[in-house]
Amino acid sequence: MRKQTYKIEDVYINSVFSSVGKKEAEGPLGEYFDAKYTDDMLGQSSWEMAESTLMKNTVSGALTSAGKTPDEIDMILAGDLLNQCTASSYGLKELGIPYLGLYGACSTFVEGLCLGSMLLSGGFANNIAIGASSHFCSSQKQYRFPLEYGEVRTPTSQWTVTGSGSAVLNKEKGFAKVSEVTIGKMVDLGITDANNMGAAMAPSAADTIYTHFKETGKTPEDYDLVITGDLAWVGSDILLELLRDKGLDLHNHTDCGKIIFDKNKQGVKSGGSGCGCVASVFSGFFAKKLKENEIQKVLLLGTGALMSPTGVLVGESIAGVAHAVAIERVDA
Amino acid sequence: MKKNLSKKEYAEIVKRKSPPSPIIRDVCYAFVIGGLFCVLGQAISSVIKSFGLGKEDTAAITSAAMIFLGAFLTGIGIYDDIAKYAGGGSLVPITGFANSIVSPAIEYKTEGQILGVGAKMFTIAGPVLVYGISASVIYGVIYFFLK
Repeated sequence: MRKQTYKIEDVYINSVFSSVGKKEAEGPLGEYFDAKYTDDMLGQSSWEMAESTLMKNTVSGALTSAGKTPDEIDMILAGDLLNQCTASSYGLKELGIPYLGLYGACSTFVEGLCLGSMLLSGGFANNIAIGASSHFCSSQKQYRFPLEYGEVRTPTSQWTVTGSGSAVLNKEKGFAKVSEVTIGKMVDLGITDANNMGAAMAPSAADTIYTHFKETGKTPEDYDLVITGDLAWVGSDILLELLRDKGLDLHNHTDCGKIIFDKNKQGVKSGGSGCGCVASVFSGFFAKKLKENEIQKVLLLGTGALMSPTGVLVGESIAGVAHAVAIERVDA
Repeated sequence: MKKNLSKKEYAEIVKRKSPPSPIIRDVCYAFVIGGLFCVLGQAISSVIKSFGLGKEDTAAITSAAMIFLGAFLTGIGIYDDIAKYAGGGSLVPITGFANSIVSPAIEYKTEGQILGVGAKMFTIAGPVLVYGISASVIYGVIYFFLK
């Protein structure tokens, strides 16, 4: 029988770094992020290059924090939401690190953590960097309408986070270790509304969480928190109901898309989304909570809506995918 | 324990969990703000008329003024803030048409004047032009034979 969960040996999260834009910095988690940019353009002349710069600065921050030079990193696994992974490839090309580009929509950061952990655990590398980013303006331009176009956002729509997160994994030491990863299946339950990504992703998140607990024999009580990426308010609500139907009560669930913005004050409708959402909230907020020993064990899920604007136009529904990584605090 | 949820069952869950758009509030905003655009247009029209211009000239100048206003408010980044509340009230008037052309023109400037601004300026307004002009041609032909 196929298993989706893999045991990981001796893989540590050595350092993390998070960067966000102005709106995220003004949100409830503002104080936790390492770098905050008030200029959405980051001094560049296009949104695409702004996001590339965001990615580059964030990865550089994680390397500095790990005390590593680019030459010491065996591979970098990175991805974003733009066509051809523009932000990752243009942003990271000058670092000279062997590069594997990833696309898992908003699940990319956790996809990177899963793959990086497996590569290290399998003995294929000693140091691996992970990076993921999203930018509200570049996403808006590619997936929706021009920034200045007058549109009304529906209550289920989500706000793409301008943010990036990066981690350095290695076999030596770190503030936390990766114990298991669960690679998720794509699940499509027929959502065609591109403004309801939470609903498109919730079934895959439920499937991965359910599979993780079934295969490991663990229960939600084995974790302090089960953190999903960007299901936001609507998607989280659906997730909990789907899991209840499967007999699983996820009382310790939280979602990065729910906590990064103030739903009532920041006009983000259902909440945050984007690769940068889980990447920056994990790297900025939860990593610090692990370091400070406020939490010890978390199950982190990256949730991605595998939506292509062309796919939506030709009438196809949107599949979701979710990967999980079990992270445990290591006493210093 | 339910194992496989059908798409139909899931659609019902999603419908139940997704908050609906506040239609009454949206309609009120659209009526008031859209109405204000119309009042402004009427005011411009009346002022121009008072200079003694004919009906056709007045209509043309009023349209041009409203298009300018839509483009100007888009350019200084205000139109989308109004539209957030106004919805159809800012989409339907001619100012909305200006916004739909100016906003991609601004957005795609970084991709160059030809393939950026030139090619992508009509990504939103293009269908309106194609079907609007087609409809007016058909109407014109019918009118010609019925006259």
